[in-house]
Amino acid sequence: MGLTLRDLMLVSPELALVVLALAIVLLDLVLERKRFVLAVGVAGLGVPLAAALGLWAVVADGGAEMAFHGALIVDTFALYFKLLIVGILGLLLLASADHIERFRPHQAEFVALVLLSAAGLMLLAGAADLIAVFVSLELASLPVVALVAFGKNDRSIEAGIKYLVLSGVSAAVLLYGFAFLYGATGTVRLVALDPALPTIATMLPAVADGRPFGSTAVLVGVVLATAGFGFKLSMVPFQMWTPDVYEGAPTPVAAFLATASKAAAFAIVLRLFYTALGGASAEWSIMFAVLAAVTMSVGNVVAIAQSNVKRLLGYSAIAQAGYMLIGVAAVAGGGGDPLGVQSVLFYLGGYAAMNLAAFFAVIAITNVTGDDRIEALAGMGRRSPLLALILAFALISLIGIPPTVGFMGKLFLFNAAVSADLAWLAVFGVVNSVVSAYYYMGIVRTMYMREPPELDGPGEPGRIGAPVAAWLAMGVATAGVAVLGVWPAWLLDVAGSAAGALVP
Amino acid sequence: MVAEGAVWGIIALPLAAGALAAAALLPALRPLARASGYVAILGVGGAFALSLLVLDAALGADGAIGFPVRSWLTVGDPTSAGGFEMTVGLLLDPLSAVMVALVSGVSMLVMLFSLGYMRKAVDGEGGAWADYPRYFAYMSWFTAAMLGLVLALNLIQLFVFWELVGLFSYLLIGFWYHRPAAAAAAKKAFIITRIGDFGFMLALLYLYLHRAEFLALGENPFEIPAILAAAPLLPVSVAMWVSLGILAGAMGKSAQFPLNTWLPDAMEGPTPVSSLIHAATMVAAGVFLVARMFPLFAESTVALNAVAIVGGTTAVLAAAMGVVANDIKRVLAFSTVSQLGYMFLALGVGAWPVAIFHLLTHAFFKCLLFLSAGSVHHSVHTFDMRYMGGLRAWMPVTYVLTLIGALSLMGIAPLAGFWSKDEVLAAAWSADGAGSVVVSRLVFVLGMAAVFMTAFYVSRLVLMTFHGEFRGGIDAVPDEERIPDEAHLVGHVHRAESPLVMTLPMAVLAVLAIIAGVALNALTPLGPLPVHGLTHFLGGATRAFDPVIAGASTLLALTGIGLALGMHRRGSLALTDLPQPWSVVHRFLARRLYMDHLYETLIVRRVLYRGLFLATDWADRRLVDGTVDVVGWVGRNGGRAVAQLQTGQVQVYGVAVFMGVIVMLVLFMFQR
Repeated sequence: MGLTLRDLMLVSPELALVVLALAIVLLDLVLERKRFVLAVGVAGLGVPLAAALGLWAVVADGGAEMAFHGALIVDTFALYFKLLIVGILGLLLLASADHIERFRPHQAEFVALVLLSAAGLMLLAGAADLIAVFVSLELASLPVVALVAFGKNDRSIEAGIKYLVLSGVSAAVLLYGFAFLYGATGTVRLVALDPALPTIATMLPAVADGRPFGSTAVLVGVVLATAGFGFKLSMVPFQMWTPDVYEGAPTPVAAFLATASKAAAFAIVLRLFYTALGGASAEWSIMFAVLAAVTMSVGNVVAIAQSNVKRLLGYSAIAQAGYMLIGVAAVAGGGGDPLGVQSVLFYLGGYAAMNLAAFFAVIAITNVTGDDRIEALAGMGRRSPLLALILAFALISLIGIPPTVGFMGKLFLFNAAVSADLAWLAVFGVVNSVVSAYYYMGIVRTMYMREPPELDGPGEPGRIGAPVAAWLAMGVATAGVAVLGVWPAWLLDVAGSAAGALVP
Repeated sequence: MVAEGAVWGIIALPLAAGALAAAALLPALRPLARASGYVAILGVGGAFALSLLVLDAALGADGAIGFPVRSWLTVGDPTSAGGFEMTVGLLLDPLSAVMVALVSGVSMLVMLFSLGYMRKAVDGEGGAWADYPRYFAYMSWFTAAMLGLVLALNLIQLFVFWELVGLFSYLLIGFWYHRPAAAAAAKKAFIITRIGDFGFMLALLYLYLHRAEFLALGENPFEIPAILAAAPLLPVSVAMWVSLGILAGAMGKSAQFPLNTWLPDAMEGPTPVSSLIHAATMVAAGVFLVARMFPLFAESTVALNAVAIVGGTTAVLAAAMGVVANDIKRVLAFSTVSQLGYMFLALGVGAWPVAIFHLLTHAFFKCLLFLSAGSVHHSVHTFDMRYMGGLRAWMPVTYVLTLIGALSLMGIAPLAGFWSKDEVLAAAWSADGAGSVVVSRLVFVLGMAAVFMTAFYVSRLVLMTFHGEFRGGIDAVPDEERIPDEAHLVGHVHRAESPLVMTLPMAVLAVLAIIAGVALNALTPLGPLPVHGLTHFLGGATRAFDPVIAGASTLLALTGIGLALGMHRRGSLALTDLPQPWSVVHRFLARRLYMDHLYETLIVRRVLYRGLFLATDWADRRLVDGTVDVVGWVGRNGGRAVAQLQTGQVQVYGVAVFMGVIVMLVLFMFQR
């Protein structure tokens, strides 16, 4: 029972990413033109993309494959996230073409670290036991610490240390929680194809004498695990690092944290709770409902007072995580479809598009102005009409106004909540969306209604452009926001089949 | 049979043509600006040709032609109450076939006319054709949105196009956005119609909440044929509330009392735009929607009575306001509101095919009259009838064509307007619809009163514009009354007939304004013409020609004309120095019943702004100041926190994690 070729085939997307990362580091030693390194990075993403698509074809009919003696699972649910992460990576690398020039001469290391962290995230989406979850989580987190500190200024290093310490704390909490789960059930297995093998779901004590989750050990395990994942999800009260790190980290890293990292965290939370703890859904559904309500409220209210656009996007990321937690809480009642999971998956895809569009526009603008205060965006409507339009469109989508994917995504999330008898949570979400319009539209107003700032130097504030690669990335992301806003059916179908793999 | 692609093409062609026309906005393609007009006409012309094909197919078919229904969006299991399915598709039945032919045909003629009209009289920046790309793009999209609305199968699909019509009307009315009056009029049209649309949205929401009743019948709650098929099986309250919500939307779009105030202001847009809005597109949408959903309305006496009363009231009030207006376009605008009132009246008494018949004839003569107004303006550069007069001396073609339109509008036999108006009145008198008899008779009286007023104000329009002495045109308008934009036109009055590109579309419309009534829907056997052809085709009941009502209404119309002629001879047609009781009425009507005053001053300024003021004041004191205090506190203490950066803050964050865990555990422990 050793390593077989079949195992390697099943992890080929992750494997390709790791090989790509190493190849880039090696290429960097021999290549003179560093831009070429980035091009290799983007082009090389075709391999994991093709591998993931190929695997999708294998398991498309609802089947699943397990690798490494049941440590990893390949099903449409995991592949949905792998494809999403590869897509995010491609756009992100394109958009940061200019930005990473300032990391000279370490551009290649930056790209390699992003790729390695992404490999960890992809493994996390396919993790089938608690050990694999923990290992892949660490693989994903450690490169991020270096990436956050990559700016090499005080703010960036401070943010890096904060991320290091807090991700250590959360990892410890998570591991402690896993220990309780293992102690109570005697297994670390989340899913098994062979029904004879014990999994957490089958070993979970029956919910009897009115104790939550049937036993105190499971309860403690669940709460600690939720806290550990809550760090990754930016869920209140485990969110406090988010604005600091988003503000301090290089903007592409913040974009990576907000989209890819969050998506993978949602993947494993959905996997853990819907399969391993599916029998106790009545218990944790209400927990996530309350956490969702608290998270979106805190994110939206605190965001109003922000004056730094990156910090504001950090609070926005917290609030958006709150919306998505609605879908986690919306466990379908009476034999319905997994609308909650489906809507979370759809929203993650749409959220990646709109959030990346917003981040990319901010990257392009701050690259030139070097100023990430909201005030510095004044007059952007005239200085760069297209960038301002892209940012405004992305923000409108983040509010949830049609015809954007943000609207469609929220529609599905709230619909799932209503069909799961959580109408109050949907109302909460709508009210929060209205509150969020205040600060999102504040940016739009600043860009279009306010005069550009006076510059100290001679001349007027000039027009702001962006490299072709960045325009391409912004174009794809913005098109995604618009197309999915008008024609969401196809992604919804894909998300539906992925959700079907998780909740048969 | 007709291919599905051909029907989609009716929407797609103007849409694509609009995009091509808009491409000329790019700096590199600027020199091609002139071509954008022809591209747009080609697109709409193609749509018109397809519409004729479709109409021909519909004439050959019996009832609706079925097309596949496409699923656009499915959430969950659409057959259970938890999920829903959003479908899109085409609904091609006699009603929509007639409407697409009308919309695309009139739109094509209006665009032809615009080729001459939108060419700048005085060369400005960017040459004579600088306005072409933006104008023709908006017009094409406006037409496409209206065509999409007419062909929509699903109510939500219809609503999307409905809102697009609203959006493009906003852009077109505010086409000269640098003119404050135009910008204000565009905003007003958008906001007032939005009030009605809110009712429409509530109707959609109500349908969604009652979807279980449709699912029980195996029908999709938003597909129009499904709603109409299910209508008799639904509880009356459902039919009533949905109908009333739809009526609210229709009242906004069709400018029915009390949501009528936007239409007279909408003439701030270019005149061909007014012509299109008034004749075939925007305002027709409301009538079309009620006609489309008529089987649902028919289930509720309350809803039908509401439609009839709204229509009758609007017909009389708008006609009265038309009597006192001095701006030729405003007179026509009030006239449109009044005629739409007739259509609603017909819908309310159960004669929906008659309403569509009147919609058709009205489209021809009203479009003609608006183009006449544009033609007149082309010569004298003002719309104020007080500064016109005697124009027939050098505009004989425009004069004759206007006269045809005017007589048709007044309902003089045998012009088109006579037949349709008469059938509306006959339907109201016979009271054989599902509404109550008392309401039918009441609106009949209102309709007859409007006949008299219509004849008077239309005669007044013709006499003040074309007869008597010329009163100077733009040159005579006092500075304070002149639109600032038109200052450069002073001294440019040219006493000449408009070019052929403008008079030709008018002539085509004039022919239609004469023959459409007899040709489409003759009430008595006249040679080879089909009797009640249109109403038969649309699927309505037929009614015998009633010579008594026809005679009475003609008599009323002639009285109105006679009164106008008499006042013209005494020189008092401008209605400036009226005796005591009449002057009060005049002022009341000229201020449009103080409705704008009521809406803007009382509701918006007093209630809304004041309420907003109090709310924001409170929020400012309590919330903002509080937030500022907190932010200040954070800022003051931030420095200290930064000093302890490495140890302090991260520990706080860590503590928060553990506090969170403990709170969650405690809540779980004590939740029961």
